[in-house]
Amino acid sequence: MTNKIKNYVTSLFLWELLKGLRLTGKYLFKRKITVQYPEEKTPQSHRFRGLHALRRYPNGEERCIACKLCEAVCPAVAITIESEVRADGSRRTTKYDIDLTKCIFCGFCEESCPVDSIVETRIFEYHGEKRGDLLMTKPRLLEIGDLVEKQLAEDREKDALYR
Amino acid sequence: MLEIVYQFISQNVLLPITTFFLPVDYQAQALTVLQTVIKIFSILVPVLITVAYFTYAERKVIGFIQGRIGPNRVGFFGFSLWGLGQPIADAVKLIVKEIIVPTGSNRALFIIAPILSLAPSLAAWAVIPFDDTKVLANINAGLLYVLALTSLAVYGVIIAGWASNSKYAFLGAMRSAAQIVAYEISMGFALVGVLVAAGSLNLGDIVNSQVGSVFHWFWLPLFPLFIIYFISGLAETNRAPFDVAEGESEIVAGFHVEYGGMAFSVFFMAEYANMILIAVLSAIMFCGGWLSPFQGVPGLEELFNWVPPMFWLLAKTSFFMFLFLWFRATFPRYRYDQIMRLGWKVFIPITIVWLVVVSALVVTNIPPWFN
Repeated sequence: MTNKIKNYVTSLFLWELLKGLRLTGKYLFKRKITVQYPEEKTPQSHRFRGLHALRRYPNGEERCIACKLCEAVCPAVAITIESEVRADGSRRTTKYDIDLTKCIFCGFCEESCPVDSIVETRIFEYHGEKRGDLLMTKPRLLEIGDLVEKQLAEDREKDALYR
Repeated sequence: MLEIVYQFISQNVLLPITTFFLPVDYQAQALTVLQTVIKIFSILVPVLITVAYFTYAERKVIGFIQGRIGPNRVGFFGFSLWGLGQPIADAVKLIVKEIIVPTGSNRALFIIAPILSLAPSLAAWAVIPFDDTKVLANINAGLLYVLALTSLAVYGVIIAGWASNSKYAFLGAMRSAAQIVAYEISMGFALVGVLVAAGSLNLGDIVNSQVGSVFHWFWLPLFPLFIIYFISGLAETNRAPFDVAEGESEIVAGFHVEYGGMAFSVFFMAEYANMILIAVLSAIMFCGGWLSPFQGVPGLEELFNWVPPMFWLLAKTSFFMFLFLWFRATFPRYRYDQIMRLGWKVFIPITIVWLVVVSALVVTNIPPWFN
Protein backbone atom coordinates (compact mmCIF):
# COMPACT_ATOMS: atom_id res chain seq x y z
CA MET A 1 0.00 0.00 0.00
CA THR A 2 2.70 2.49 1.05
CA ASN A 3 4.67 1.37 -1.98
CA LYS A 4 1.74 2.15 -4.19
CA ILE A 5 1.37 5.62 -2.74
CA LYS A 6 5.11 6.20 -3.06
CA ASN A 7 4.99 5.13 -6.71
CA TYR A 8 2.06 7.39 -7.34
CA VAL A 9 3.72 10.41 -5.81
CA THR A 10 7.08 9.90 -7.53
CA SER A 11 5.43 9.50 -10.92
CA LEU A 12 3.26 12.56 -10.32
CA PHE A 13 6.30 14.70 -9.59
CA LEU A 14 8.13 13.31 -12.64
CA TRP A 15 10.99 12.17 -10.40
CA GLU A 16 12.42 9.59 -12.80
CA LEU A 17 12.20 12.00 -15.71
CA LEU A 18 14.12 14.64 -13.78
CA LYS A 19 16.78 12.05 -12.96
CA GLY A 20 17.06 11.27 -16.67
CA LEU A 21 17.37 14.95 -17.49
CA ARG A 22 20.12 15.34 -14.91
CA LEU A 23 22.09 12.49 -16.49
CA THR A 24 21.84 13.83 -20.03
CA GLY A 25 22.52 17.32 -18.71
CA LYS A 26 25.79 16.07 -17.30
CA TYR A 27 26.74 14.53 -20.63
CA LEU A 28 26.15 17.88 -22.32
CA PHE A 29 29.31 19.19 -20.65
CA LYS A 30 31.42 16.04 -20.85
CA ARG A 31 34.47 15.76 -23.07
CA LYS A 32 33.52 14.84 -26.62
CA ILE A 33 35.02 11.68 -28.05
CA THR A 34 34.51 12.33 -31.75
CA VAL A 35 37.62 11.75 -33.88
CA GLN A 36 37.94 14.42 -36.55
CA TYR A 37 38.77 11.83 -39.18
CA PRO A 38 40.90 13.24 -41.96
CA GLU A 39 42.91 15.32 -39.48
CA GLU A 40 42.91 12.88 -36.57
CA LYS A 41 43.12 9.11 -36.70
CA THR A 42 42.62 6.39 -34.15
CA PRO A 43 45.61 4.15 -33.36
CA GLN A 44 45.76 0.87 -35.27
CA SER A 45 46.53 -2.58 -33.98
CA HIS A 46 49.47 -4.40 -35.58
CA ARG A 47 46.90 -7.06 -36.46
CA PHE A 48 44.86 -4.58 -38.49
CA ARG A 49 43.27 -6.21 -41.53
CA GLY A 50 43.19 -3.83 -44.47
CA LEU A 51 44.16 -4.01 -48.11
CA HIS A 52 45.88 -7.25 -49.22
CA ALA A 53 49.48 -7.60 -50.36
CA LEU A 54 51.85 -10.32 -51.54
CA ARG A 55 55.28 -10.35 -49.90
CA ARG A 56 58.74 -11.20 -51.22
CA TYR A 57 61.84 -12.69 -49.60
CA PRO A 58 64.69 -10.24 -48.98
CA ASN A 59 66.43 -11.55 -52.13
CA GLY A 60 63.47 -10.44 -54.23
CA GLU A 61 61.94 -13.87 -54.83
CA GLU A 62 58.20 -13.94 -54.31
CA ARG A 63 57.13 -15.98 -51.31
CA CYS A 64 53.96 -17.53 -52.73
CA ILE A 65 54.35 -21.20 -53.63
CA ALA A 66 50.84 -21.60 -55.06
CA CYS A 67 49.74 -24.10 -52.39
CA LYS A 68 46.21 -22.71 -52.78
CA LEU A 69 45.44 -23.01 -49.07
CA CYS A 70 44.17 -19.43 -49.07
CA GLU A 71 41.98 -20.13 -52.05
CA ALA A 72 40.55 -23.15 -50.24
CA VAL A 73 39.98 -21.37 -46.90
CA CYS A 74 38.51 -18.18 -48.32
CA PRO A 75 34.88 -18.11 -47.09
CA ALA A 76 33.88 -15.53 -49.68
CA VAL A 77 35.55 -17.38 -52.58
CA ALA A 78 37.33 -14.15 -53.46
CA ILE A 79 40.73 -15.68 -54.36
CA THR A 80 41.59 -17.31 -57.70
CA ILE A 81 45.02 -18.90 -58.23
CA GLU A 82 46.63 -20.57 -61.25
CA SER A 83 50.11 -22.06 -61.12
CA GLU A 84 52.90 -23.59 -63.21
CA VAL A 85 56.26 -25.21 -62.68
CA ARG A 86 59.04 -22.81 -63.41
CA ALA A 87 62.23 -23.64 -65.31
CA ASP A 88 64.17 -23.99 -62.02
CA GLY A 89 61.67 -26.63 -60.88
CA SER A 90 59.86 -24.50 -58.26
CA ARG A 91 56.12 -24.08 -58.35
CA ARG A 92 54.90 -20.47 -58.67
CA THR A 93 51.64 -18.69 -59.43
CA THR A 94 50.86 -17.35 -62.87
CA LYS A 95 47.69 -15.71 -61.62
CA TYR A 96 46.77 -14.51 -58.15
CA ASP A 97 43.50 -12.55 -58.16
CA ILE A 98 41.58 -11.21 -55.16
CA ASP A 99 38.15 -9.78 -55.83
CA LEU A 100 37.88 -7.06 -53.17
CA THR A 101 34.19 -6.65 -53.88
CA LYS A 102 33.74 -10.18 -52.53
CA CYS A 103 36.41 -10.12 -49.80
CA ILE A 104 35.14 -9.83 -46.23
CA PHE A 105 38.57 -9.10 -44.72
CA CYS A 106 38.41 -12.04 -42.32
CA GLY A 107 42.15 -12.63 -42.49
CA PHE A 108 41.87 -16.42 -43.01
CA CYS A 109 44.11 -16.27 -46.10
CA GLU A 110 46.81 -14.62 -44.04
CA GLU A 111 46.47 -17.22 -41.27
CA SER A 112 46.47 -20.17 -43.64
CA CYS A 113 49.56 -19.06 -45.55
CA PRO A 114 52.55 -21.34 -44.69
CA VAL A 115 55.12 -18.87 -46.08
CA ASP A 116 53.62 -15.57 -44.89
CA SER A 117 53.09 -14.51 -48.47
CA ILE A 118 49.53 -13.22 -48.63
CA VAL A 119 49.05 -10.65 -45.87
CA GLU A 120 46.68 -7.89 -45.02
CA THR A 121 48.28 -4.47 -44.64
CA ARG A 122 47.18 -1.53 -42.55
CA ILE A 123 46.08 0.38 -45.66
CA PHE A 124 42.36 1.09 -45.46
CA GLU A 125 41.96 4.43 -47.25
CA TYR A 126 41.70 3.24 -50.83
CA HIS A 127 38.94 3.41 -53.35
CA GLY A 128 38.09 2.26 -56.85
CA GLU A 129 36.48 4.44 -59.43
CA LYS A 130 35.65 1.54 -61.72
CA ARG A 131 34.62 -1.96 -60.76
CA GLY A 132 37.87 -3.32 -62.12
CA ASP A 133 39.85 -1.16 -59.69
CA LEU A 134 38.80 -3.42 -56.85
CA LEU A 135 39.96 -6.57 -58.65
CA MET A 136 43.48 -7.06 -57.34
CA THR A 137 45.89 -8.93 -59.62
CA LYS A 138 49.26 -10.45 -58.81
CA PRO A 139 51.43 -7.53 -60.00
CA ARG A 140 49.34 -5.06 -58.06
CA LEU A 141 49.44 -7.15 -54.90
CA LEU A 142 53.22 -7.51 -55.18
CA GLU A 143 53.52 -3.78 -55.73
CA ILE A 144 51.58 -3.05 -52.54
CA GLY A 145 53.78 -5.58 -50.72
CA ASP A 146 56.92 -3.81 -51.88
CA LEU A 147 55.46 -0.49 -50.83
CA VAL A 148 54.81 -1.41 -47.19
CA GLU A 149 57.25 -4.30 -46.67
CA LYS A 150 58.97 -2.55 -43.77
CA GLN A 151 55.72 -2.10 -41.84
CA LEU A 152 54.63 -5.67 -42.68
CA ALA A 153 57.89 -7.15 -41.39
CA GLU A 154 57.66 -5.14 -38.18
CA ASP A 155 54.06 -6.19 -37.56
CA ARG A 156 54.87 -9.85 -38.21
CA GLU A 157 57.76 -9.65 -35.75
CA LYS A 158 55.52 -8.15 -33.07
CA ASP A 159 52.98 -10.87 -33.57
CA ALA A 160 55.53 -13.71 -33.73
CA LEU A 161 55.32 -14.25 -29.95
CA TYR A 162 51.67 -15.21 -30.17
CA ARG A 163 51.83 -17.49 -33.19
CA MET B 1 17.54 50.89 -31.83
CA LEU B 2 14.73 49.05 -33.63
CA GLU B 3 12.40 52.01 -33.20
CA ILE B 4 14.95 54.35 -34.74
CA VAL B 5 15.42 52.08 -37.77
CA TYR B 6 11.66 51.71 -38.13
CA GLN B 7 11.06 55.47 -37.88
CA PHE B 8 13.82 56.10 -40.38
CA ILE B 9 12.36 53.66 -42.91
CA SER B 10 8.80 54.91 -42.57
CA GLN B 11 9.89 58.57 -42.80
CA ASN B 12 12.45 58.32 -45.57
CA VAL B 13 11.28 55.37 -47.67
CA LEU B 14 7.59 54.70 -47.17
CA LEU B 15 6.38 58.28 -46.87
CA PRO B 16 8.01 59.47 -50.13
CA ILE B 17 6.74 56.36 -51.96
CA THR B 18 3.15 56.92 -50.89
CA THR B 19 3.18 60.67 -51.45
CA PHE B 20 4.79 60.28 -54.85
CA PHE B 21 2.71 57.48 -56.36
CA LEU B 22 -0.74 57.81 -54.86
CA PRO B 23 -3.54 60.40 -54.87
CA VAL B 24 -3.92 62.32 -51.62
CA ASP B 25 -7.04 60.44 -50.50
CA TYR B 26 -5.25 57.09 -50.26
CA GLN B 27 -1.89 58.16 -48.86
CA ALA B 28 -2.64 57.67 -45.17
CA GLN B 29 -4.12 54.19 -45.62
CA ALA B 30 -1.32 53.08 -47.94
CA LEU B 31 1.26 54.28 -45.44
CA THR B 32 -0.38 52.21 -42.69
CA VAL B 33 -0.41 49.13 -44.91
CA LEU B 34 3.24 49.54 -45.85
CA GLN B 35 4.23 50.15 -42.24
CA THR B 36 2.40 46.99 -41.22
CA VAL B 37 4.16 45.04 -43.94
CA ILE B 38 7.50 46.31 -42.66
CA LYS B 39 6.55 45.26 -39.14
CA ILE B 40 5.48 41.82 -40.34
CA PHE B 41 8.80 41.36 -42.10
CA SER B 42 10.72 42.51 -39.06
CA ILE B 43 9.03 39.72 -37.09
CA LEU B 44 8.97 36.94 -39.69
CA VAL B 45 12.50 37.25 -41.03
CA PRO B 46 14.10 36.82 -37.58
CA VAL B 47 11.66 33.98 -36.85
CA LEU B 48 12.62 32.13 -40.02
CA ILE B 49 16.33 32.68 -39.38
CA THR B 50 15.78 31.34 -35.88
CA VAL B 51 14.03 28.32 -37.36
CA ALA B 52 17.06 27.65 -39.58
CA TYR B 53 19.52 27.98 -36.73
CA PHE B 54 17.27 26.09 -34.34
CA THR B 55 17.81 23.01 -36.50
CA TYR B 56 21.53 23.63 -36.21
CA ALA B 57 21.24 24.08 -32.44
CA GLU B 58 19.25 20.87 -32.22
CA ARG B 59 21.95 18.87 -33.97
CA LYS B 60 24.64 20.48 -31.83
CA VAL B 61 22.87 20.03 -28.49
CA ILE B 62 21.80 16.46 -29.16
CA GLY B 63 25.28 15.72 -30.43
CA PHE B 64 26.84 17.16 -27.28
CA ILE B 65 24.51 15.16 -25.06
CA GLN B 66 25.48 12.00 -26.94
CA GLY B 67 29.18 12.74 -26.58
CA ARG B 68 29.56 13.86 -30.19
CA ILE B 69 30.28 17.35 -31.52
CA GLY B 70 27.59 17.76 -34.16
CA PRO B 71 27.99 19.54 -37.51
CA ASN B 72 31.25 21.50 -37.63
CA ARG B 73 32.41 21.43 -41.26
CA VAL B 74 30.17 23.63 -43.39
CA GLY B 75 31.09 27.28 -43.01
CA PHE B 76 31.47 30.41 -45.06
CA PHE B 77 34.28 31.34 -47.48
CA GLY B 78 36.53 28.51 -46.43
CA PHE B 79 36.17 29.05 -42.68
CA SER B 80 34.34 26.25 -40.93
CA LEU B 81 33.02 28.49 -38.07
CA TRP B 82 31.73 25.53 -36.01
CA GLY B 83 29.50 24.48 -38.90
CA LEU B 84 27.35 27.61 -38.92
CA GLY B 85 26.81 27.25 -42.67
CA GLN B 86 25.02 23.93 -42.20
CA PRO B 87 21.40 25.22 -42.17
CA ILE B 88 22.06 27.27 -45.31
CA ALA B 89 23.51 24.25 -47.07
CA ASP B 90 20.53 22.13 -45.97
CA ALA B 91 18.10 24.75 -47.24
CA VAL B 92 19.84 24.98 -50.61
CA LYS B 93 19.82 21.19 -50.93
CA LEU B 94 16.10 20.99 -50.16
CA ILE B 95 15.19 23.84 -52.48
CA VAL B 96 17.05 22.29 -55.39
CA LYS B 97 15.42 18.87 -54.91
CA GLU B 98 12.42 17.75 -56.89
CA ILE B 99 8.97 17.66 -55.25
CA ILE B 100 7.45 14.31 -56.09
CA VAL B 101 3.66 14.17 -56.06
CA PRO B 102 2.56 10.52 -55.80
CA THR B 103 0.25 9.28 -58.57
CA GLY B 104 -2.58 8.22 -56.28
CA SER B 105 -2.48 11.38 -54.19
CA ASN B 106 -4.95 14.20 -54.08
CA ARG B 107 -2.78 16.79 -55.77
CA ALA B 108 -4.41 19.98 -54.49
CA LEU B 109 -4.59 18.84 -50.88
CA PHE B 110 -1.10 17.37 -51.11
CA ILE B 111 0.32 20.76 -51.98
CA ILE B 112 -1.89 22.76 -49.60
CA ALA B 113 -1.04 20.61 -46.55
CA PRO B 114 2.49 21.91 -45.83
CA ILE B 115 1.35 25.49 -46.32
CA LEU B 116 -1.55 24.88 -43.99
CA SER B 117 0.77 23.68 -41.28
CA LEU B 118 3.30 26.51 -41.63
CA ALA B 119 0.91 29.46 -42.02
CA PRO B 120 -0.80 29.30 -38.59
CA SER B 121 2.48 28.97 -36.73
CA LEU B 122 3.73 32.14 -38.42
CA ALA B 123 0.40 33.99 -38.19
CA ALA B 124 0.30 33.47 -34.42
CA TRP B 125 3.31 35.78 -34.08
CA ALA B 126 1.04 38.74 -34.81
CA VAL B 127 -0.16 38.93 -31.21
CA ILE B 128 3.12 38.14 -29.44
CA PRO B 129 4.16 41.17 -27.37
CA PHE B 130 7.93 41.65 -27.45
CA ASP B 131 7.79 44.65 -25.20
CA ASP B 132 5.28 46.92 -23.53
CA THR B 133 4.71 48.64 -26.87
CA LYS B 134 6.18 46.31 -29.48
CA VAL B 135 3.31 44.15 -30.68
CA LEU B 136 1.98 43.87 -34.21
CA ALA B 137 -1.71 43.42 -33.37
CA ASN B 138 -2.67 44.37 -29.85
CA ILE B 139 -5.99 42.53 -29.92
CA ASN B 140 -8.07 41.81 -26.85
CA ALA B 141 -8.61 38.12 -27.55
CA GLY B 142 -4.92 37.40 -28.13
CA LEU B 143 -4.90 34.24 -26.05
CA LEU B 144 -7.92 32.87 -27.90
CA TYR B 145 -6.34 33.74 -31.24
CA VAL B 146 -3.16 31.88 -30.31
CA LEU B 147 -5.10 28.84 -29.11
CA ALA B 148 -7.15 28.81 -32.32
CA LEU B 149 -4.10 29.03 -34.56
CA THR B 150 -2.03 26.42 -32.74
CA SER B 151 -4.93 23.96 -33.04
CA LEU B 152 -5.33 24.80 -36.71
CA ALA B 153 -1.86 23.45 -37.41
CA VAL B 154 -3.06 19.88 -36.94
CA TYR B 155 -5.09 20.17 -40.13
CA GLY B 156 -1.87 20.37 -42.08
CA VAL B 157 -0.76 17.06 -40.61
CA ILE B 158 -4.10 15.33 -41.11
CA ILE B 159 -4.53 16.58 -44.67
CA ALA B 160 -0.97 15.59 -45.52
CA GLY B 161 -1.58 12.07 -44.25
CA TRP B 162 -4.85 11.78 -46.11
CA ALA B 163 -3.73 13.33 -49.39
CA SER B 164 -0.58 11.20 -49.65
CA ASN B 165 -2.66 8.06 -50.23
CA SER B 166 -0.11 6.05 -48.28
CA LYS B 167 -0.74 3.70 -45.36
CA TYR B 168 2.11 5.00 -43.23
CA ALA B 169 1.18 8.61 -43.82
CA PHE B 170 -2.44 7.86 -42.98
CA LEU B 171 -1.46 6.06 -39.77
CA GLY B 172 0.67 9.01 -38.77
CA ALA B 173 -2.16 11.42 -39.45
CA MET B 174 -4.64 9.37 -37.42
CA ARG B 175 -2.26 9.15 -34.49
CA SER B 176 -1.62 12.85 -34.67
CA ALA B 177 -5.31 13.68 -34.79
CA ALA B 178 -6.16 11.64 -31.69
CA GLN B 179 -3.12 12.92 -29.82
CA ILE B 180 -3.73 16.57 -30.56
CA VAL B 181 -7.42 16.34 -29.66
CA ALA B 182 -6.40 14.91 -26.28
CA TYR B 183 -3.71 17.46 -25.53
CA GLU B 184 -5.61 20.41 -26.91
CA ILE B 185 -8.02 20.09 -24.00
CA SER B 186 -5.40 20.11 -21.27
CA MET B 187 -3.60 22.93 -23.05
CA GLY B 188 -6.82 24.88 -23.23
CA PHE B 189 -7.48 24.32 -19.55
CA ALA B 190 -3.96 25.45 -18.69
CA LEU B 191 -4.62 28.63 -20.63
CA VAL B 192 -7.94 29.09 -18.86
CA GLY B 193 -5.92 29.03 -15.65
CA VAL B 194 -3.75 31.83 -17.01
CA LEU B 195 -6.85 33.71 -18.06
CA VAL B 196 -8.38 33.41 -14.61
CA ALA B 197 -5.18 34.50 -12.94
CA ALA B 198 -4.53 37.46 -15.24
CA GLY B 199 -8.14 38.47 -15.75
CA SER B 200 -7.46 39.26 -19.40
CA LEU B 201 -7.11 37.57 -22.76
CA ASN B 202 -4.69 40.20 -24.02
CA LEU B 203 -1.14 38.81 -23.95
CA GLY B 204 0.33 42.19 -23.05
CA ASP B 205 -2.04 42.52 -20.09
CA ILE B 206 -1.17 38.97 -19.01
CA VAL B 207 2.49 39.95 -18.81
CA ASN B 208 1.68 43.22 -17.05
CA SER B 209 -0.30 41.39 -14.38
CA GLN B 210 2.89 39.47 -13.48
CA VAL B 211 4.86 42.59 -12.57
CA GLY B 212 6.66 42.45 -9.24
CA SER B 213 9.41 39.88 -8.97
CA VAL B 214 10.28 36.38 -10.13
CA PHE B 215 7.78 35.09 -7.59
CA HIS B 216 5.01 37.25 -8.99
CA TRP B 217 5.26 35.46 -12.29
CA PHE B 218 2.53 32.92 -12.90
CA TRP B 219 4.80 29.89 -12.87
CA LEU B 220 4.51 29.80 -9.09
CA PRO B 221 0.74 29.98 -8.50
CA LEU B 222 0.05 28.04 -11.71
CA PHE B 223 2.94 25.60 -11.38
CA PRO B 224 1.08 22.41 -12.40
CA LEU B 225 -0.55 24.25 -15.27
CA PHE B 226 2.84 25.55 -16.36
CA ILE B 227 4.28 22.03 -16.50
CA ILE B 228 1.19 20.68 -18.22
CA TYR B 229 1.16 23.53 -20.71
CA PHE B 230 4.74 22.86 -21.70
CA ILE B 231 4.28 19.09 -21.97
CA SER B 232 1.08 19.57 -23.97
CA GLY B 233 3.07 21.94 -26.14
CA LEU B 234 5.55 19.13 -26.78
CA ALA B 235 2.66 16.88 -27.77
CA GLU B 236 1.04 19.59 -29.86
CA THR B 237 4.20 20.14 -31.90
CA ASN B 238 4.68 16.37 -32.36
CA ARG B 239 8.05 16.50 -30.67
CA ALA B 240 9.86 13.73 -28.84
CA PRO B 241 8.75 12.04 -26.61
CA PHE B 242 5.34 12.51 -28.27
CA ASP B 243 6.48 12.10 -31.87
CA VAL B 244 4.34 9.05 -32.70
CA ALA B 245 2.92 10.94 -35.69
CA GLU B 246 6.38 10.78 -37.22
CA GLY B 247 7.59 7.69 -35.39
CA GLU B 248 10.45 7.02 -37.77
CA SER B 249 11.20 3.65 -36.22
CA GLU B 250 7.61 2.41 -36.60
CA ILE B 251 5.96 4.19 -39.51
CA VAL B 252 8.99 5.55 -41.38
CA ALA B 253 8.25 9.28 -41.24
CA GLY B 254 4.53 9.23 -40.57
CA PHE B 255 2.48 11.94 -42.18
CA HIS B 256 5.29 13.31 -44.35
CA VAL B 257 6.72 10.10 -45.85
CA GLU B 258 5.65 11.05 -49.34
CA TYR B 259 7.01 14.58 -49.18
CA GLY B 260 10.37 15.63 -50.55
CA GLY B 261 12.27 18.77 -51.36
CA MET B 262 10.76 22.08 -50.43
CA ALA B 263 7.36 20.57 -49.53
CA PHE B 264 9.08 18.51 -46.84
CA SER B 265 11.15 21.43 -45.66
CA VAL B 266 7.99 23.53 -45.21
CA PHE B 267 6.71 20.84 -42.81
CA PHE B 268 10.07 20.91 -41.11
CA MET B 269 9.96 24.69 -40.76
CA ALA B 270 6.40 24.48 -39.45
CA GLU B 271 7.47 22.05 -36.72
CA TYR B 272 10.32 24.28 -35.60
CA ALA B 273 8.28 27.48 -35.88
CA ASN B 274 5.65 25.83 -33.70
CA MET B 275 8.27 24.89 -31.14
CA ILE B 276 9.53 28.45 -31.00
CA LEU B 277 5.96 29.67 -30.67
CA ILE B 278 5.24 27.32 -27.76
CA ALA B 279 8.49 28.45 -26.14
CA VAL B 280 7.66 32.13 -26.47
CA LEU B 281 4.11 31.57 -25.22
CA SER B 282 5.37 29.70 -22.15
CA ALA B 283 7.71 32.60 -21.51
CA ILE B 284 4.92 35.16 -21.86
CA MET B 285 2.21 33.39 -19.92
CA PHE B 286 4.16 31.78 -17.11
CA CYS B 287 7.56 33.43 -16.92
CA GLY B 288 6.79 37.12 -17.12
CA GLY B 289 7.47 37.75 -20.81
CA TRP B 290 9.70 40.80 -21.17
CA LEU B 291 9.91 41.43 -17.39
CA SER B 292 13.37 41.35 -15.92
CA PRO B 293 14.05 38.45 -13.54
CA PHE B 294 15.88 40.90 -11.25
CA GLN B 295 12.80 43.02 -10.72
CA GLY B 296 12.23 43.71 -7.03
CA VAL B 297 15.78 42.72 -6.08
CA PRO B 298 17.41 45.86 -4.68
CA GLY B 299 20.73 46.59 -6.36
CA LEU B 300 20.51 44.03 -9.14
CA GLU B 301 17.42 45.68 -10.58
CA GLU B 302 19.22 48.98 -11.17
CA LEU B 303 22.32 47.14 -12.38
CA PHE B 304 20.38 45.51 -15.22
CA ASN B 305 18.21 48.51 -16.11
CA TRP B 306 20.11 49.12 -19.34
CA VAL B 307 19.12 45.69 -20.75
CA PRO B 308 16.26 46.11 -23.25
CA PRO B 309 13.11 44.28 -22.06
CA MET B 310 12.98 42.31 -25.30
CA PHE B 311 16.24 40.63 -24.33
CA TRP B 312 14.60 38.99 -21.32
CA LEU B 313 11.79 37.62 -23.46
CA LEU B 314 14.27 36.21 -25.97
CA ALA B 315 16.42 34.73 -23.20
CA LYS B 316 13.43 32.99 -21.63
CA THR B 317 12.30 31.77 -25.04
CA SER B 318 15.76 30.39 -25.75
CA PHE B 319 15.68 28.52 -22.47
CA PHE B 320 12.38 26.85 -23.36
CA MET B 321 13.67 26.09 -26.85
CA PHE B 322 16.66 24.41 -25.25
CA LEU B 323 14.28 22.35 -23.11
CA PHE B 324 12.68 21.00 -26.29
CA LEU B 325 16.07 19.74 -27.44
CA TRP B 326 17.05 18.44 -24.02
CA PHE B 327 13.82 16.45 -23.76
CA ARG B 328 14.31 14.99 -27.20
CA ALA B 329 17.79 13.84 -26.31
CA THR B 330 16.63 12.32 -23.02
CA PHE B 331 13.27 10.62 -23.31
CA PRO B 332 12.27 7.58 -25.34
CA ARG B 333 9.07 7.81 -27.35
CA TYR B 334 5.82 7.20 -25.49
CA ARG B 335 3.77 4.21 -26.54
CA TYR B 336 0.49 5.22 -28.11
CA ASP B 337 -1.74 4.04 -25.24
CA GLN B 338 0.55 5.75 -22.74
CA ILE B 339 0.09 9.04 -24.57
CA MET B 340 -3.67 8.66 -24.42
CA ARG B 341 -3.55 7.71 -20.74
CA LEU B 342 -1.35 10.70 -19.88
CA GLY B 343 -3.51 13.11 -21.80
CA TRP B 344 -6.95 12.00 -20.69
CA LYS B 345 -6.42 10.46 -17.27
CA VAL B 346 -3.64 12.56 -15.81
CA PHE B 347 -3.45 16.01 -17.39
CA ILE B 348 -7.13 16.85 -17.73
CA PRO B 349 -8.04 15.97 -14.11
CA ILE B 350 -5.02 17.86 -12.77
CA THR B 351 -5.80 20.94 -14.81
CA ILE B 352 -9.45 20.93 -13.69
CA VAL B 353 -8.43 20.58 -10.03
CA TRP B 354 -5.88 23.34 -10.30
CA LEU B 355 -8.35 25.56 -12.08
CA VAL B 356 -10.52 25.36 -8.96
CA VAL B 357 -7.50 26.12 -6.79
CA VAL B 358 -6.54 29.15 -8.88
CA SER B 359 -10.11 30.42 -8.88
CA ALA B 360 -10.16 30.11 -5.10
CA LEU B 361 -6.85 32.00 -4.87
CA VAL B 362 -8.20 34.77 -7.09
CA VAL B 363 -11.53 35.07 -5.30
CA THR B 364 -9.89 35.27 -1.88
CA ASN B 365 -7.27 37.76 -3.15
CA ILE B 366 -4.29 35.80 -1.96
CA PRO B 367 -1.12 37.95 -2.01
CA PRO B 368 1.36 38.41 -3.58
CA TRP B 369 -0.27 37.44 -6.87
CA PHE B 370 -3.91 38.34 -6.67
CA ASN B 371 -4.24 41.40 -4.46
